[in-house]
Amino acid sequence: MMTPTINPAATLILPTEWRDFFALTKPRVMSLVVFTGLCGLLAAPVSIHPVLGFTAILCIALGAGGAAALNMWWEADLDAGMKRTAKRPLPAGRMDPIAARDFGIGLSVGSVLILGLAIGWLAAGLLAVSIVYYAVIYTIWLKPRTPLNIVIGGGAGAFPPLIGWVAATGHITAMPLLLFAIIFMWTPPHFWALALFVQSDYAKVGIPMLPVVAGEATTRRQILIYSLLLLPLAATPWFIGATGAVYGIAALGLSAAFVGFALPVGLRQSAAGGTMKAERRLFWFSIVYLFALFAVLVADRLATVQGWQG
Amino acid sequence: MTQTPPPPDMPNMPDMKQYRARQRSRNIALGLVLVFLVVLFYAITFVRLGAQHG
Repeated sequence: MMTPTINPAATLILPTEWRDFFALTKPRVMSLVVFTGLCGLLAAPVSIHPVLGFTAILCIALGAGGAAALNMWWEADLDAGMKRTAKRPLPAGRMDPIAARDFGIGLSVGSVLILGLAIGWLAAGLLAVSIVYYAVIYTIWLKPRTPLNIVIGGGAGAFPPLIGWVAATGHITAMPLLLFAIIFMWTPPHFWALALFVQSDYAKVGIPMLPVVAGEATTRRQILIYSLLLLPLAATPWFIGATGAVYGIAALGLSAAFVGFALPVGLRQSAAGGTMKAERRLFWFSIVYLFALFAVLVADRLATVQGWQG
Repeated sequence: MTQTPPPPDMPNMPDMKQYRARQRSRNIALGLVLVFLVVLFYAITFVRLGAQHG
């Protein structure tokens, strides 16, 4: 009889690929974070040295990446149960959870320290708050407990333009708070549109998203309400004289289009058996909307600096 | 006829090759990150000192 021999090759654990570490930072979400942070920095009335500006945006991106890694580490079991997220590095078994956690902590602490030392501790403090807000308040506390998770948790994604602005100016004024408020108000219709067409996934893993808990009709009504509130809010920087007409007119036009995309979603009773086309369109337009709105904000600042508008 | 198992201290070659390749790509990525950070810290120091003395 042969004695069974353990072959180390069978238990050899391959090192995680760097691509999986990169995937842990949610690069697609990070692109929106980087863009809004950059726009906040460029729209500020004070110019910043390009090296310091680059450092600020890098730290915002690294902080967001760290928070995203901690989110994925905490939600690995939930992600495994959802089609949309099952192929992520942790649920797919391509990465050790401890490595993911340490990577997230390393990025978070490193980004705050570099931002503090290179730019200033107010911006670094805001970055630290945004990381804790997303990784702890939203991921651990709100998301599994309340259908209002997206409403309050939306604050986490609203920090980048505020941090960008503060990195340039060194202090908080009404304008960066308005930019924060715009993303805060934009988040619920953006995420609820997504939640409407992936609600079976959320229900399966017990996440109390609004469509799962309160039903489709309530979610649709809420999407419409938030979209209508976003319209005047997005134009407020113009109303208070913080931006010019370039931003004001574009903000009104873009927000009216947002309402236009939200109307068919909000007025629809139920999409049972439907294709959720209107919901998908609203979700994609909401991303275009945010990119365009912040791009126009920078264009408006440029127009003012060049003397093309008063 | 019985098959001889691989020696206990020698993982088979394809796995070791993949192991080494991943280790190498991670080391390169980490090396690039470190070089980038050195350049960044140098540039930040240069700008900050310039701002203080300029």
